[in-house]
Amino acid sequence: MVPTIYYVLLSAALFTMGVLGVLIRRNAMVVFMSVELMLNAANLALVAFARQRLTVEGQVIVFFVITVAAAEVAVGLAVLVAIFRSKGTADVDEVSTLKG
Amino acid sequence: MDLILFIITGAIALIGAGAMLISRNAVHSALFLLMNFGAIAVLFLLLQSPFLFTIQLTVYAGAIMVLFLFVVMLLGAEQVENATPDRLAWSRPLAMALGLALLAVAGVVALRTPSAAVPDSAQALGFGEPSQLGKLLFTDYLLPFEITGVILLVAVIGVVVLNQRGRKL
Repeated sequence: MVPTIYYVLLSAALFTMGVLGVLIRRNAMVVFMSVELMLNAANLALVAFARQRLTVEGQVIVFFVITVAAAEVAVGLAVLVAIFRSKGTADVDEVSTLKG
Repeated sequence: MDLILFIITGAIALIGAGAMLISRNAVHSALFLLMNFGAIAVLFLLLQSPFLFTIQLTVYAGAIMVLFLFVVMLLGAEQVENATPDRLAWSRPLAMALGLALLAVAGVVALRTPSAAVPDSAQALGFGEPSQLGKLLFTDYLLPFEITGVILLVAVIGVVVLNQRGRKL
Protein backbone atom coordinates (compact mmCIF):
# COMPACT_ATOMS: atom_id res chain seq x y z
CA MET A 1 0.00 0.00 0.00
CA VAL A 2 1.33 3.42 -0.97
CA PRO A 3 1.89 5.76 2.01
CA THR A 4 -0.75 8.47 2.38
CA ILE A 5 1.90 11.18 2.31
CA TYR A 6 2.65 10.45 -1.38
CA TYR A 7 -0.98 11.06 -2.27
CA VAL A 8 -1.05 14.25 -0.22
CA LEU A 9 2.10 15.56 -1.92
CA LEU A 10 0.67 14.73 -5.37
CA SER A 11 -2.53 16.50 -4.36
CA ALA A 12 -0.53 19.56 -3.25
CA ALA A 13 1.32 19.63 -6.58
CA LEU A 14 -1.92 19.40 -8.57
CA PHE A 15 -3.53 22.10 -6.43
CA THR A 16 -0.55 24.42 -7.01
CA MET A 17 -0.83 23.87 -10.77
CA GLY A 18 -4.50 24.83 -10.55
CA VAL A 19 -3.62 28.02 -8.63
CA LEU A 20 -0.99 28.87 -11.25
CA GLY A 21 -3.55 28.36 -14.00
CA VAL A 22 -5.98 30.75 -12.35
CA LEU A 23 -3.25 33.36 -11.84
CA ILE A 24 -1.46 33.12 -15.19
CA ARG A 25 -3.98 32.22 -17.88
CA ARG A 26 -6.26 34.87 -19.39
CA ASN A 27 -8.69 32.61 -21.24
CA ALA A 28 -11.73 32.36 -18.96
CA MET A 29 -12.27 28.75 -20.08
CA VAL A 30 -8.80 27.68 -18.96
CA VAL A 31 -9.21 29.57 -15.69
CA PHE A 32 -12.36 27.55 -15.11
CA MET A 33 -10.59 24.29 -15.93
CA SER A 34 -7.90 25.20 -13.38
CA VAL A 35 -10.59 25.62 -10.72
CA GLU A 36 -11.79 22.10 -11.55
CA LEU A 37 -8.21 20.87 -11.22
CA MET A 38 -8.02 22.35 -7.71
CA LEU A 39 -11.29 20.66 -6.71
CA ASN A 40 -9.92 17.36 -7.98
CA ALA A 41 -6.71 17.77 -6.01
CA ALA A 42 -8.72 18.32 -2.83
CA ASN A 43 -10.81 15.24 -3.64
CA LEU A 44 -7.68 13.15 -4.02
CA ALA A 45 -6.43 14.18 -0.58
CA LEU A 46 -9.86 13.45 0.97
CA VAL A 47 -9.98 9.95 -0.52
CA ALA A 48 -6.40 9.26 0.56
CA PHE A 49 -7.21 10.21 4.16
CA ALA A 50 -10.40 8.14 4.04
CA ARG A 51 -8.31 5.10 3.03
CA GLN A 52 -5.79 5.79 5.80
CA ARG A 53 -8.44 6.00 8.53
CA LEU A 54 -10.77 3.39 6.98
CA THR A 55 -13.77 5.72 7.26
CA VAL A 56 -16.20 6.05 4.37
CA GLU A 57 -17.14 9.61 5.40
CA GLY A 58 -14.28 11.01 3.34
CA GLN A 59 -15.68 9.39 0.22
CA VAL A 60 -19.17 10.76 1.01
CA ILE A 61 -17.71 14.28 1.17
CA VAL A 62 -16.00 13.74 -2.19
CA PHE A 63 -19.37 12.67 -3.61
CA PHE A 64 -20.87 15.98 -2.44
CA VAL A 65 -17.92 17.95 -3.80
CA ILE A 66 -18.36 16.36 -7.23
CA THR A 67 -22.09 17.13 -7.22
CA VAL A 68 -21.56 20.77 -6.27
CA ALA A 69 -18.75 21.05 -8.84
CA ALA A 70 -21.13 19.88 -11.55
CA ALA A 71 -23.67 22.54 -10.56
CA GLU A 72 -20.90 25.15 -10.38
CA VAL A 73 -19.65 24.31 -13.87
CA ALA A 74 -23.15 24.58 -15.34
CA VAL A 75 -23.79 28.01 -13.78
CA GLY A 76 -20.25 29.25 -14.44
CA LEU A 77 -20.31 28.34 -18.11
CA ALA A 78 -23.73 30.01 -18.45
CA VAL A 79 -22.24 33.18 -16.95
CA LEU A 80 -19.30 32.93 -19.38
CA VAL A 81 -21.66 32.58 -22.34
CA ALA A 82 -23.58 35.65 -21.13
CA ILE A 83 -20.32 37.63 -20.76
CA PHE A 84 -19.20 36.51 -24.21
CA ARG A 85 -22.48 37.70 -25.67
CA SER A 86 -22.28 41.17 -24.13
CA LYS A 87 -18.48 41.72 -24.36
CA GLY A 88 -17.56 39.58 -27.34
CA THR A 89 -14.51 38.10 -25.62
CA ALA A 90 -13.54 35.38 -23.16
CA ASP A 91 -10.39 37.21 -22.02
CA VAL A 92 -10.63 37.85 -18.28
CA ASP A 93 -8.44 40.98 -18.60
CA GLU A 94 -10.94 42.59 -20.95
CA VAL A 95 -13.84 42.17 -18.54
CA SER A 96 -12.87 45.12 -16.34
CA THR A 97 -15.97 47.32 -16.43
CA LEU A 98 -16.14 47.39 -12.62
CA LYS A 99 -12.56 48.71 -12.38
CA GLY A 100 -12.48 52.19 -10.83
CA MET B 1 3.07 -3.17 -7.48
CA ASP B 2 0.85 -0.51 -5.95
CA LEU B 3 3.75 1.90 -5.84
CA ILE B 4 4.57 1.37 -9.53
CA LEU B 5 0.95 1.98 -10.50
CA PHE B 6 0.85 5.07 -8.28
CA ILE B 7 4.01 6.52 -9.84
CA ILE B 8 2.76 5.92 -13.40
CA THR B 9 -0.73 7.37 -12.85
CA GLY B 10 0.61 10.21 -10.71
CA ALA B 11 3.05 11.12 -13.47
CA ILE B 12 0.22 11.05 -16.02
CA ALA B 13 -1.88 13.31 -13.77
CA LEU B 14 0.97 15.79 -13.34
CA ILE B 15 1.81 15.79 -17.06
CA GLY B 16 -1.86 16.34 -17.91
CA ALA B 17 -2.14 19.26 -15.50
CA GLY B 18 1.11 20.82 -16.70
CA ALA B 19 0.20 20.48 -20.37
CA MET B 20 -3.21 22.01 -19.64
CA LEU B 21 -1.43 25.03 -18.16
CA ILE B 22 1.00 25.43 -21.03
CA SER B 23 -1.02 24.71 -24.17
CA ARG B 24 -2.18 27.80 -26.02
CA ASN B 25 -5.35 26.25 -27.45
CA ALA B 26 -8.30 25.89 -25.05
CA VAL B 27 -9.47 22.68 -26.76
CA HIS B 28 -6.07 21.09 -26.16
CA SER B 29 -6.25 22.29 -22.55
CA ALA B 30 -9.62 20.59 -22.13
CA LEU B 31 -8.31 17.32 -23.57
CA PHE B 32 -5.23 17.37 -21.32
CA LEU B 33 -7.53 18.01 -18.36
CA LEU B 34 -9.50 14.94 -19.45
CA MET B 35 -6.27 12.92 -19.26
CA ASN B 36 -5.70 14.29 -15.76
CA PHE B 37 -9.25 13.35 -14.66
CA GLY B 38 -8.75 9.82 -15.99
CA ALA B 39 -5.51 9.44 -14.04
CA ILE B 40 -7.18 10.71 -10.86
CA ALA B 41 -10.00 8.21 -11.39
CA VAL B 42 -7.41 5.41 -11.47
CA LEU B 43 -5.89 6.80 -8.27
CA PHE B 44 -9.35 6.60 -6.66
CA LEU B 45 -9.47 2.95 -7.65
CA LEU B 46 -6.04 2.41 -6.08
CA LEU B 47 -7.45 3.97 -2.89
CA GLN B 48 -10.31 1.44 -2.77
CA SER B 49 -13.15 3.69 -3.83
CA PRO B 50 -14.72 2.05 -6.89
CA PHE B 51 -17.88 4.15 -6.58
CA LEU B 52 -15.95 7.42 -6.83
CA PHE B 53 -13.99 5.93 -9.75
CA THR B 54 -17.19 5.53 -11.76
CA ILE B 55 -18.55 8.91 -10.62
CA GLN B 56 -15.29 10.58 -11.59
CA LEU B 57 -15.42 9.04 -15.06
CA THR B 58 -19.11 9.67 -15.76
CA VAL B 59 -19.57 13.08 -14.13
CA TYR B 60 -16.15 14.69 -14.53
CA ALA B 61 -14.60 13.03 -17.56
CA GLY B 62 -18.00 12.60 -19.17
CA ALA B 63 -20.53 15.32 -18.42
CA ILE B 64 -18.35 18.22 -17.29
CA MET B 65 -15.73 17.86 -20.01
CA VAL B 66 -18.40 17.60 -22.72
CA LEU B 67 -19.87 20.84 -21.36
CA PHE B 68 -16.45 22.52 -21.44
CA LEU B 69 -15.65 21.39 -24.98
CA PHE B 70 -19.12 22.35 -26.16
CA VAL B 71 -18.89 25.89 -24.77
CA VAL B 72 -15.30 26.42 -26.00
CA MET B 73 -16.28 25.39 -29.50
CA LEU B 74 -19.60 27.25 -29.39
CA LEU B 75 -17.93 30.53 -28.45
CA GLY B 76 -14.90 29.99 -30.66
CA ALA B 77 -12.75 30.87 -27.66
CA GLU B 78 -9.88 28.52 -28.51
CA GLN B 79 -7.16 31.13 -28.88
CA VAL B 80 -8.23 34.15 -26.86
CA GLU B 81 -4.76 34.88 -25.56
CA ASN B 82 -3.08 35.08 -28.95
CA ALA B 83 -5.42 37.85 -30.12
CA THR B 84 -4.38 40.54 -27.64
CA PRO B 85 -1.05 41.34 -25.95
CA ASP B 86 -0.73 40.57 -22.25
CA ARG B 87 -1.37 43.76 -20.30
CA LEU B 88 -0.36 42.21 -17.01
CA ALA B 89 2.91 40.61 -18.13
CA TRP B 90 4.55 41.40 -14.80
CA SER B 91 2.06 39.15 -13.01
CA ARG B 92 3.52 35.96 -14.47
CA PRO B 93 6.83 35.77 -12.52
CA LEU B 94 4.97 36.91 -9.39
CA ALA B 95 2.43 34.12 -9.85
CA MET B 96 5.26 31.59 -10.34
CA ALA B 97 6.95 32.73 -7.12
CA LEU B 98 3.71 32.65 -5.14
CA GLY B 99 2.85 29.22 -6.54
CA LEU B 100 6.25 27.84 -5.55
CA ALA B 101 5.81 29.35 -2.08
CA LEU B 102 2.39 27.69 -1.76
CA LEU B 103 3.82 24.34 -2.86
CA ALA B 104 6.69 24.69 -0.37
CA VAL B 105 4.34 25.52 2.51
CA ALA B 106 1.98 22.66 1.64
CA GLY B 107 4.92 20.25 1.35
CA VAL B 108 6.40 21.32 4.68
CA VAL B 109 3.03 20.98 6.45
CA ALA B 110 2.41 17.57 4.88
CA LEU B 111 5.87 16.28 5.78
CA ARG B 112 5.79 17.61 9.33
CA THR B 113 2.53 15.86 10.15
CA PRO B 114 3.32 12.55 11.81
CA SER B 115 1.87 9.82 9.61
CA ALA B 116 0.30 6.70 11.02
CA ALA B 117 0.85 3.39 9.27
CA VAL B 118 -1.50 2.77 6.37
CA PRO B 119 -3.82 -0.20 7.02
CA ASP B 120 -2.81 -3.10 4.78
CA SER B 121 -5.18 -4.74 2.36
CA ALA B 122 -6.19 -7.49 4.83
CA GLN B 123 -7.39 -4.89 7.36
CA ALA B 124 -9.06 -2.86 4.65
CA LEU B 125 -10.94 -5.80 3.21
CA GLY B 126 -14.46 -4.73 2.24
CA PHE B 127 -13.70 -1.06 2.84
CA GLY B 128 -15.17 1.47 0.42
CA GLU B 129 -17.79 -0.76 -1.11
CA PRO B 130 -20.60 1.20 -2.76
CA SER B 131 -23.14 -0.35 -0.39
CA GLN B 132 -21.40 1.26 2.61
CA LEU B 133 -21.44 4.60 0.86
CA GLY B 134 -25.11 4.31 -0.05
CA LYS B 135 -26.07 3.35 3.49
CA LEU B 136 -24.26 6.38 4.89
CA LEU B 137 -25.75 8.70 2.25
CA PHE B 138 -29.30 7.73 3.14
CA THR B 139 -28.89 7.69 6.93
CA ASP B 140 -26.34 10.06 8.48
CA TYR B 141 -25.97 12.29 5.44
CA LEU B 142 -29.59 12.39 4.34
CA LEU B 143 -30.01 16.15 4.87
CA PRO B 144 -26.89 17.14 2.90
CA PHE B 145 -27.98 14.70 0.22
CA GLU B 146 -31.35 16.44 -0.07
CA ILE B 147 -29.63 19.83 -0.11
CA THR B 148 -27.49 18.75 -3.10
CA GLY B 149 -30.75 18.03 -4.89
CA VAL B 150 -31.86 21.61 -4.22
CA ILE B 151 -28.46 22.93 -5.39
CA LEU B 152 -28.77 21.04 -8.67
CA LEU B 153 -32.30 22.38 -9.15
CA VAL B 154 -31.07 25.95 -8.50
CA ALA B 155 -28.27 25.38 -11.03
CA VAL B 156 -30.76 24.26 -13.67
CA ILE B 157 -33.01 27.27 -13.06
CA GLY B 158 -30.01 29.61 -13.00
CA VAL B 159 -28.70 28.36 -16.35
CA VAL B 160 -32.13 28.75 -17.96
CA VAL B 161 -32.56 32.29 -16.58
CA LEU B 162 -29.02 33.39 -17.52
CA ASN B 163 -29.35 32.29 -21.12
CA GLN B 164 -32.79 33.63 -21.89
CA ARG B 165 -32.85 35.43 -25.22
CA GLY B 166 -34.09 38.98 -25.44
CA ARG B 167 -33.38 39.90 -21.83
CA LYS B 168 -30.75 42.45 -20.93
CA LEU B 169 -28.68 41.15 -18.03
